[in-house]
Amino acid sequence: MSHIAPVKSYVTVFGTLMVLTTITVAAAFTNLGSLNFPVALAIAITKATVVILFFMHVKYSSKLTKFVVASCLFFLACLFGLTFTDYLSRGWFASPRGTTMAGTQVTVGPDAPGAAEKAAPAEGGPEH
Amino acid sequence: MPEAVAAHAEAHGHPAHAHHPALQHHFETLEQQKEASVLGMWIFIIQEVMFFGGLLLAYFLYRVWYHEAWVEGSNELDILLGGINTVVLIGSSLTMALAVRSAQVGSKKGTVNWLIVTMVLGLVFLVIKFFEYKHKYDLNHIPGANFVFEGPHAPQVQIFISLYFGLTGLHALHMVIGFVLLSVIAWMAHKDRFSPEWYTPVEMSGLYWHFVDIVWIFLFPLLYLVDRTHRLG
Repeated sequence: MSHIAPVKSYVTVFGTLMVLTTITVAAAFTNLGSLNFPVALAIAITKATVVILFFMHVKYSSKLTKFVVASCLFFLACLFGLTFTDYLSRGWFASPRGTTMAGTQVTVGPDAPGAAEKAAPAEGGPEH
Repeated sequence: MPEAVAAHAEAHGHPAHAHHPALQHHFETLEQQKEASVLGMWIFIIQEVMFFGGLLLAYFLYRVWYHEAWVEGSNELDILLGGINTVVLIGSSLTMALAVRSAQVGSKKGTVNWLIVTMVLGLVFLVIKFFEYKHKYDLNHIPGANFVFEGPHAPQVQIFISLYFGLTGLHALHMVIGFVLLSVIAWMAHKDRFSPEWYTPVEMSGLYWHFVDIVWIFLFPLLYLVDRTHRLG
């Protein structure tokens, strides 16, 4: 009927997930600067892939099932891609000093970081 | 002709069209029927991915905007409890996979027992989650009128904690639904409803349970871990 994986392979998958969990916790206590985030995300994606392939049997499923599962990535890419191209590119051309890393400046209250500098260079140079 | 097939053919009164009792008439074979169920379940899961995806998108954008607040908020969470819950939940995925395997090989006792172990682990997860929530409640960290937070970015930390409660709360709700689902499946297994030819409900609940596990695989690093070392001053 369908593929029956040996118990040992499931235990191996569990062990792999535990090792990856340990790595992601260890990485969290190491200051990698801006790399902490991509590293954590990469490990999470690896773990999710392992679960999908082996626990959820997608590795042994039909091509059609694999295609449907992969289509999920496409829909997620639309959601994240279209939203990020808008939000993260705001202020690229409007800000007199280029841009923050975020591509946008969010000011909350008068003592927000950057509020003082933003007010200063108003008279010099083209505003937009 | 296996016993069940013969009995069912007799009920139909046309032994020429003998088939397994679990095979519905609009499917050609049990394989085709199972394939349809798996596809349907995956489409449901994709819809769930988009559902959690929207909340994670909010998390990502706010993290870019209010990184300092994300660092403060994230450091409030208990890595030890979150870590234990990660191990518990991945462990429950292992026992769920073993429950499906037992159903595949036709071990009723194995199926029921592994399902019960899975449910117990799910319960352990929810109890730990309850104590995490209670701790937040005691500190007045529940978003809303009574929210209290010491620090320069309290309003933005409130956004972080709102997303924390939204994401983990919806995840916990999925766990509760999964728990109910598994208790029904365990009862069906106990009542001899499954066979190596037909165990689709066990497999489908397995897919759901593993999906809930995957959600946590993302929530744990994103909420508890990523900003741990970025405490500013």
